[in-house]
Amino acid sequence: MTLPISTELICFLVLASIVVIGGIGVVLLSNIVYSAFLLGGVFMAIAGLYLLLNASFVAAAQVLVYVGAVNVLILFAIMLVNKREDLAPIKGLQVRRFVSGLVCSGMLALLIRVVVKTPWAVPGPTAIGEEATERIGEHLFTDYLLPFELASVLLLMAMIGAIVLARRDVLLEDVGTGEPVDQALLEKVKTPVLTEKTTL
Amino acid sequence: MIIVTTFAPITICTAVSGIDLELSFVDAVKGWGLSSELAHVLWLPFPMLLVLVAAIIGVLVSVWLERKISAAAQQRIGPEYAGALGILQPMADGLKLLVKEDVIPARADGLLFTLGPVLVLVPVILSWVIVPFGQNLLISNVGVGIFLWISLSSIQPIGLLMSGYASNNKYSLLGGLRAAAQSISYEIPLALSVLAVVMMSNSLSTVDIVQQQNGAGLLSWNIWRQPVGFLIFWICALAECERLPFDLPEAEEELVAGYQTEYAGMKFALFYLGSYINLVLSALLVSVLYLGGWGSPLPAEWLCSWLGQSPNAPVIQIVIGSLGIVMTVLKAYLLVFLAILLRWTTPRVRIDQLLDLGWKFLLPISLVNLLVTAGLKLVFPIAFGG
Repeated sequence: MTLPISTELICFLVLASIVVIGGIGVVLLSNIVYSAFLLGGVFMAIAGLYLLLNASFVAAAQVLVYVGAVNVLILFAIMLVNKREDLAPIKGLQVRRFVSGLVCSGMLALLIRVVVKTPWAVPGPTAIGEEATERIGEHLFTDYLLPFELASVLLLMAMIGAIVLARRDVLLEDVGTGEPVDQALLEKVKTPVLTEKTTL
Repeated sequence: MIIVTTFAPITICTAVSGIDLELSFVDAVKGWGLSSELAHVLWLPFPMLLVLVAAIIGVLVSVWLERKISAAAQQRIGPEYAGALGILQPMADGLKLLVKEDVIPARADGLLFTLGPVLVLVPVILSWVIVPFGQNLLISNVGVGIFLWISLSSIQPIGLLMSGYASNNKYSLLGGLRAAAQSISYEIPLALSVLAVVMMSNSLSTVDIVQQQNGAGLLSWNIWRQPVGFLIFWICALAECERLPFDLPEAEEELVAGYQTEYAGMKFALFYLGSYINLVLSALLVSVLYLGGWGSPLPAEWLCSWLGQSPNAPVIQIVIGSLGIVMTVLKAYLLVFLAILLRWTTPRVRIDQLLDLGWKFLLPISLVNLLVTAGLKLVFPIAFGG
């Protein structure tokens, strides 16, 4: 076995075991913060698998989107609401666990059957490597133009929505006090909601 | 004998594209009777070690600069006893941190507490893969180049959140959340301004980006074609490095030291190292993207033709190569100087001002910049890389 092939095999085994064990950990760990961090690790390992397949653009996009955006968003949400309280015991937890385990192992059996039965064309098409970025761009602007444009419009709407939400001066006055709203959070004059009685 | 074998390939390959040290090394090792694969594996550690050492030395120099310039800004003398002009002071600081006791707070989460600083430092060091100091003087000319840097720098917030959470301290948690929020919001205008440059050079590779700027020396640098993009990139880079005026995550008066509050010894040193390596890296990338990278204000090829020298002679190649390294480092350190000066002369912005600047000013401006660049590229394809 030559040096590059054995290196590739070792890398694949390590990355695949990270993905599998990490994925099981994400589901089974009881501490939700650990699950979220582990999910980041799994995403990174998947990016590594893409890199191993010579798809560096897809790997970088995977890191940017899934680790940098999705996982950070999940962590944010957890850390802003995490109260570390003991939840009330749920009735019939054992039965629920058994049923969901059954469903999951059924799914796994189905997937394994698909993997084994499908006649895979081995070896697959050769990787185009560095040209991939241009080819992805070409495909996006020819074959997949409609989905691409729809996704762009959707994202643009989300971005404009974010900007409008951030610019709260579209709401001209404060709902509670009725005074004009400005952006200065700290210098705002605090007028009491209940007006003082000056005469008795 | 060895000298002959190492220099012979240089003269051959210079005719194609400057000095290629890897090729000459591989050929020399093959001369000893090893396979080319093994030679490649033997070559791999050298540029990595070299860049790691360069990054650490860069940090030491910028820490010294920071201390001296801050002292000058406050009419003090600054460090002066450790070495001439206090130049060994950063080494002393580093040694002190190295031998300090490593404390993990009693109710902290030990595993995440240790992993956090590592996750902050590793992506920053990995990003040095794409920084070119010359035609072939970089670890790897990755096709996705600058995109790799953007995606790697998006890993950092996870490390910050992790250390903020694991410290079990409200100031740490607030600092970590602030750091993550800041780096997410400034990443978008940063990526958009990089995209405008990429659009002009038709490539994500840092080597191609520099080559596209080096047609006519100073005049062909991207800063003239992308002045708005340059400013956006610089502001966002400062915000990503958490430098003043954007150092909210570690604002001393409000948060003690933000996510670093509970850290001591080597783990604190990792944060410190990470932030300075990131600063030097950002300065290097600004010089690569906007200031012509390794190119000198007067192109080296012009100088050669005026002096009547052939640019393909080995000695001239070595001179041009070292001139390139000097130029890259010089530009980067000018920007580091600017960043340090900004840090000691500007006040800190408030969190609402920070987010306002990012989302309501820089984001729309960078979108318009991208649109204008695309339009100019269609109208003037010669000047804007059609």
